[in-house]
Amino acid sequence: MTSFAATPTTTADAQTTTASRTRIQVRGLDFHYNGFHALKQISMDIPERKVTAIIGPSGCGKSTLLRVFNRIYAIYPGLTASGEVLLDGENILDPRYSMNRLRSKVGMVFQKPVPFPMTIYENIAYGIRHHEKLKRKAMDERVEEALRSAALWDEVKDKLKQSALGLSGGQQQRLCIARGIALKPEVLLLDEPTSALDPIATGRIEQLIEELKKTFTIVIVTHNMQQAARVSDHTAFMYMGELIEFGNTEKIFTKPDKKQTEDYITGRFG
Amino acid sequence: MNATSLPAEPRDSDQRALRDARNDRLFRLILKCCALLVLLTLLGAAASTLWGGREVLFGHTWEFLTTSDWNPVENKYGALGPIFGTLVTSIIAIVIAVPVSFGIALFLSEIAPSWLRTPVATAIELLAAIPSIIYGMWGLFVFVPFMADHVEPKLSDTLGQLPIIGALFDGPPLGLGILTAGIVLAVMIIPFISSVMREVFQTVPTRLKESAYALGSTKWEVVWDIMLPYTRSAVIGGIFLGLGRALGETMAVTFVLGNSYDIQASLLMPGTSISSSIANEFNEAVGTHRSALIALGFLLFVVTFIVLMIARLMLRRLSRREGN
Repeated sequence: MTSFAATPTTTADAQTTTASRTRIQVRGLDFHYNGFHALKQISMDIPERKVTAIIGPSGCGKSTLLRVFNRIYAIYPGLTASGEVLLDGENILDPRYSMNRLRSKVGMVFQKPVPFPMTIYENIAYGIRHHEKLKRKAMDERVEEALRSAALWDEVKDKLKQSALGLSGGQQQRLCIARGIALKPEVLLLDEPTSALDPIATGRIEQLIEELKKTFTIVIVTHNMQQAARVSDHTAFMYMGELIEFGNTEKIFTKPDKKQTEDYITGRFG
Repeated sequence: MNATSLPAEPRDSDQRALRDARNDRLFRLILKCCALLVLLTLLGAAASTLWGGREVLFGHTWEFLTTSDWNPVENKYGALGPIFGTLVTSIIAIVIAVPVSFGIALFLSEIAPSWLRTPVATAIELLAAIPSIIYGMWGLFVFVPFMADHVEPKLSDTLGQLPIIGALFDGPPLGLGILTAGIVLAVMIIPFISSVMREVFQTVPTRLKESAYALGSTKWEVVWDIMLPYTRSAVIGGIFLGLGRALGETMAVTFVLGNSYDIQASLLMPGTSISSSIANEFNEAVGTHRSALIALGFLLFVVTFIVLMIARLMLRRLSRREGN
């Protein structure tokens, strides 16, 4: 049913697959909500320090899959995941796996920028405080570091004490990214991070993703196929809750193995 | 320009435009009148209580505002007793009602399964609609004996023995009194405050909450750090509406307050409040006595106004701290 990039056909493929270790292993993942079978036997290996894009038509389960990786779904009743999602060899779906620990390892950025109703500084410091006790000075440094990594420092360094709600949409989204990476996670989940932004802000976020993948393993869900082609190293195509194809982005977009993938990529459905 | 080539059409649209402009003006005027009506009512009520109470307010200002001796037979009117009673019962009510309402609202908006939410919310709104005299009767016939038999003896045996705060819980278990009135008031305003809170908690965007959970926040942290600041002004507004209701509440407290003009440290002792003094005595009051009661009404105005101003100031301070 699923085909992996483990069978490289070109030398470029071989290089990228062997060069990186696997960060998240998904094994036989099923997801149900209120009786609906939303993810069906998903298995995939998400490589470390690469960008993995998940594409597919609306309702195919791509956001659901992303939301399993930090178990954010667990805040709602009636949602169940079964199977295995291994992070550093540990199954994060195990109820004994500490939620706090998982969320410090896996950060998430949402579709619409959602700054907290606090100052810019507090927006970053807030998450850090859940996991570490830092002195004032160390905290200042961490905040600056996070804002710099999110390419936002120069724009906000003079107004750290102002409300984050005053920033533009693109700045707010970069603030949310800064907030996520301030925890120094291993994995960063991006759920259509640019769908609410204009083209220029989108461009900046994409540049940022390019930069961030040197440090973090990134999984991005996107509606925008050009974006997937531009920013990702690997692409997973999903349809009706199933993983249809997973492989190197270049291969998926040029000569996919499956007919469905090709139809979707070329815009014949979806 | 077009008038020569197409004479009929522009005239039509001109008329239309004129009519629209006139209707808009009329509409604006009507709305303005509606808004002015509120101001007029407020000013009218303030002015008429000020006028009705002029004899005491201007004739015996000092005595009225600084003494607690209220004796119609000797024509002495000191308002401190009712002011004290009004403030203390309301504070007790708020201290009890706010945390409980907060809990109810959170349970209903965050924790309760969806099938339970609507029935409980409706029940709470029904509670808010119960007339205050019913609460007063329940207070007098059910709650006062309960307080006298079970709660107050225990309070004076335990808290009453402590230094300093012991004075608050000292005295005979009468059942009637400031504490009882405060609790009845709390029961009255809980449905009110909790339904306001529930409604505003539901306006918090899901994404905002999810973002906080995604950073490793617990449910409590999401509520305290994210939901409360987000809904802050509406929540404080709801609390102060409840407080306003408690300050002015008449029937429920009149039954259980005990009607004593003495100011006593113990919350177990009877007291009075502005509105219950008015309700109790207005029937038989003439002359200066009547003027003193109307002046009390004016004071209630002032007290409520001050409370609302404090609420405004608090909101402004809070929002400045958040960098707005």
